[in-house]
Parts: sequence; structure tokens; C-alpha cells
Amino acid sequence: MAQSKLRKNEISFTANIVLHVLFVISIVLILIPFVLLVTVSFTDNDTLVQEGYRFIPSRWSGEAYRFLFASPRLVRDAYGVTILVTVVGTLGHVFLGALVGYSLTKTRMPGHTFFTFFVFFTMLFNGGLVSTYIINTQLLGFRNHFRGLILPLMFNVWHVLILRTYFATAIPGSIEESAKMDGANDLRIFFQIVLPLSKPVLATIGLFAALIYWNDWFQSLLYITNERMYSLQFVMLQTLRQIEMMQRLLAMGASGDVVDRLRDLPDEAVRFAMVIVSIGPIIFAYPFFQRYFVKGVTIGALKG
Amino acid sequence: MSGSDQTRAAQTASGSSRMNRLETGTNLKSRLFQYRYIYLMLLPGILFLLVMNYLPMFGALIAFKEIDYALGILRSPWVGLQNFRFLFATGDAWVAIRNTLAYNGVFIITGPVFSVGLAIMLNELWNKRVAKIYQTLLIMPHFISFVVVSYLVYAFLATSTGYVNTQVLPVFGAEPVRWYLEPSKWPAVLFLVNGWKTWGFGTVIYLASMAGFDPQLYEAATIDGASRWMQIRRITVPLLLPMIMLLFILSLGRIFNADFGLFYQVTRAAGPLIPTTQVLDTFVYRALIRLGDIGMSSAAAFLQSVVGFFTIFTVNLITRRLKPEWSIF
Repeated sequence: MAQSKLRKNEISFTANIVLHVLFVISIVLILIPFVLLVTVSFTDNDTLVQEGYRFIPSRWSGEAYRFLFASPRLVRDAYGVTILVTVVGTLGHVFLGALVGYSLTKTRMPGHTFFTFFVFFTMLFNGGLVSTYIINTQLLGFRNHFRGLILPLMFNVWHVLILRTYFATAIPGSIEESAKMDGANDLRIFFQIVLPLSKPVLATIGLFAALIYWNDWFQSLLYITNERMYSLQFVMLQTLRQIEMMQRLLAMGASGDVVDRLRDLPDEAVRFAMVIVSIGPIIFAYPFFQRYFVKGVTIGALKG
Repeated sequence: MSGSDQTRAAQTASGSSRMNRLETGTNLKSRLFQYRYIYLMLLPGILFLLVMNYLPMFGALIAFKEIDYALGILRSPWVGLQNFRFLFATGDAWVAIRNTLAYNGVFIITGPVFSVGLAIMLNELWNKRVAKIYQTLLIMPHFISFVVVSYLVYAFLATSTGYVNTQVLPVFGAEPVRWYLEPSKWPAVLFLVNGWKTWGFGTVIYLASMAGFDPQLYEAATIDGASRWMQIRRITVPLLLPMIMLLFILSLGRIFNADFGLFYQVTRAAGPLIPTTQVLDTFVYRALIRLGDIGMSSAAAFLQSVVGFFTIFTVNLITRRLKPEWSIF
């Protein structure tokens, strides 16, 4: 009975089928580029040059990956930089966000409105790239320093708002009050009661932050010139740039020196293998990621 | 507590805190003391924002200076609007402004249309579990960097080896296109790439806010004989509007900003593509890093921040007049 009643308040069978077809097409369009990426990385390099990038190449090869893992500079160093920055950055990002988010739940604190505005305003207005760049390089010493890769991404207003909403709604005020009765101060309450009770939202923001740090190349572009501090994303970016520059020089009739250096650069299959290696951890953690991601967005959306 | 202390506290305290004072019988000083650990927790964040965000806001005033590193930033001379005159002396800045506004105009309108559309359709599917799978795959592009996207696009558009030139165009008997040399093709390419990367993310945001809608509204509508289509138009869309407006106002505030990754990485910063792919962000970056022209780049960056701020402010003001509940502050 109830079943048939429910079914009535749904779109028609035909509409349902049409929508499914539409979504399957969308999904295929989304996945196809990734598939091409994978097959290219597993294609024999000479085959790539001869017949171009194909979904089903005539000769497969795992040579690109062997080369990649054999060359320490390409992967090990860059992976090290990326992992270091991601771990330290994520911890800082979550901790700073939680501190501010929690403080802003205290609506009866003198200055609450001011502090909320102080944080929110940075979303509406910023100093622009040039001023930020000059202050960060001239005053704060970001050039070729890890803080240049970590600090600029450490604060995110959205994340603070999500954390604040969670602290304010999901943690019963009575728990904090009774802890206070027992003589705990706000610091203890925050570290020993609030944080342990907020693991879901901390994990969500942690994943957001980890993704931001893992995928960042812009801060490297601005502040890093030392090759040993190149992150994974930046190595990929630089490789493309160098190849383009060499090809341009070759086209202009450059000499054998350029040809030699071009030969030293990773070949096409290796470049695509590098991309796969860089998104590997994301794809691997993906089901996990997207569950928390949707949860985080939901908390944020309820606020808005 | 001395009497004068109490009067001072009463004078400085706002209406609501005066009520608190009556409730708890404490004055401002002791309330400040009461929250001392909260202030301590707030301190790192406030200091961080002061240095990383507020200092650059004042630093933006270098747009009105001629920076001489020998003199230092503070002692460099003020030059009024000279940097802005240089900025607009050539047509380059106008091209960047035109492109930024044109791309953003299209993205700001089409983004919500596709995202809301996809979200409503996902929400209507009979099989919720399959809908969840679709959603999972739709946001996948959101999780990869624009450097990776630039490789993906290159795999399709590379001149001699790209999939489009070697496999697709020959089927139609068309000549290969030298994509990275032809600016006229890129508005369409960037539109598609941007959609591929961002629409799924928007879909999830709208789906999340739909999850909070009261099911009773739909039940009541069914009893009144409203079709599903009618319910979408009369219930779902109106309830989504506040969210759409919130994101719309925020994106208008960024109308002078473009995604640097999209316009710099995906185009592989190819010089020949500049006429249709140069936006203010790439313009500022190129002027600053490539040319080292602080004057011009700071003037452009100043315009970006200030115009963006006034846009968001004005739109919000108008919204507040028309529909107070849709405004964001």
C-alpha cells in the first residue's frame, strides 16, 4: 500500500530512464580523460610518437613506471616534499581552524561580533597578488623556504565556518557546562572534551586541507626556485615548461646541446606516468575522501 | 568592585552584554577575564590573519607608489595614478579585463544552471543508491589539480599526437588543428574544461542543501494533486534560491578574478593564445614575475581587489533591499 502511494510521487518511468541515460553519458565524459591518461602511461614510447595517444595502443609497456621509480630525483624527492608539506600543512590548518572556529562559538564573549567580522572580512577583501607576494618575499622570507608552501594555505574561512557550526550545534552545551562546574578551564575543555567529540568534522576539514596541499603548485610557482624543493605538482609543471622551451629552441634551429638536454628530459610515457603517480593516492583514498567531502559540504550547506 | 568601575563597564557594554551583566552580576572587566583562555585560543588566528591577510591589504597601496628597492617600500615615492595610466596605456589590460568579465559572465550564469539542473535530476532518480554512485563520480574532477588537467587536455589536443587530431578529426575528414596556436578555439575549450571540473562540485552543494528540505512539503503537495514537475518548480527551486543567491553573490565578488590554473596551466601559458585566454590573474602574474613590473601589476591587482569588493558590497546591498533573507551580510 505505502509502496504504491510513494511510487505515485515520483517521476515517470520514461523520465527515469532518460535521466539514467543522461547521467551515464555524463559519467563517461568525466572518466574518459582519466582512461586515456592511464593507457598513454602504459604505452610504449615509440608507439606513442608514431601513432599518437590512443585508448588501445598497438604496443603496451610498463617501461615508463620502471624509469620513474628508478630515477630518485623525479619521484622520491618530489614525493618527499609533497608529503612533508601536506602533513605539516594539514595539521596546522586543522588546528588553527579549530582554535578560531571554537572561539567564535562563544557568542557572549566581549568582542565576538568584531572577531567574527575580522575573520569573515578576509573572504570579501584581499590585498591582491602583488602586495601579498612582495610582503611574503621581502618581509617574511618565503622564497625557497617551506613556510612559503605551507603558510599561505593554512587558513580558510569556509573551513572555519564549518568548524564553528559543528562545534556550536553538535556538541551539547551541557557537557561543557558540567566540565566547567568541575573546575576545568576553557583550554582543557577544548582539548579534552571538544576536540575528541569532533573527530568527524576534524577529519573532514583535514581531508579538505590535505587535498589543497597535495594539489598545490601555485605557491611553488611564486616562491620556489631551488630544484630540491620542487613538489610533485611542480615537477610535472616544470617538465612540461622545459620541454616546450626546448622544442621552441629546436624549431628556431638550436644546436646539438639543446637536443642532448631534450633527450635527458622524461619522454612522453614517463610524463603521463608521473601524472598517474601524482593522483594515485587521491584515487586510492577517493571513496573515503568523497564520503567526508559530502559530509563537510552538508554541514556547510545547512549553515548557508 | 568599585562603583566607578561598574559605571564605566555599563557605558562601554553594548545592549546585549548589559543584559548579561544583569544576569550574571559581573562587569566587563571580569567578563574579559572569564573568557581569557578563549582570547588566548583566538590569538594565533588573529595574528596569522593580521600578517597574512590584513598587512597585504595595506600593502595594496603600493599601486600608488613607484617602488624603488634601494629606498624600501615605505620610503618609495608616491606617484598618484601614474601606475594606472601606464596600465591602461596599452591595450593589454583592456584585453585581460574584457576576457575576465566575459568568461566569468558565462561561468557565473551557466555554472548554477548546470549544477542545479544536475542536482534536481539526481534527486529525482528512483534508485537512490545509483544516484549516489553518479554523484561520487561527478565530483571526481574536483579532486585533481589543474596541472593534471593540463596533461589531460594535452592528451586530447596535442598537435601531432593528440587524440582529437589523430583519431577524431580524420573520421570527419577534417584537417588537424594546431590547438595551442589558435586563440579562436579556446573560449569553447576552456568553457568545457571548466564545466568538466566544476559542475559536479556545485551539484553536490545543491544536493546537500536539498537533503535538508522538509519532506512534508512534498507530501502535502502530492495530496493536493501536484505533479512531480510542479513540485520541482514550486517547492524545490524556490527553496534552493537562497543557496543559489549566496553562491551567486560570492561569485560576483570574484568577477575580476579568474582561476589562474584554468587560464595558465590548461593553456600551457602559450603566448599565441593570449588574445583570448589572458585574464587579469595571468596578466598580473606575467607583469610581476616575467616582466618584474611592480607598478603595472600592483595597479591591476589593486583594481581586482577593490572592484571585487565593491561589486559584492553593491550586489549585497541591492539584494538586501529586494529580498533581505537572501543577502549574505
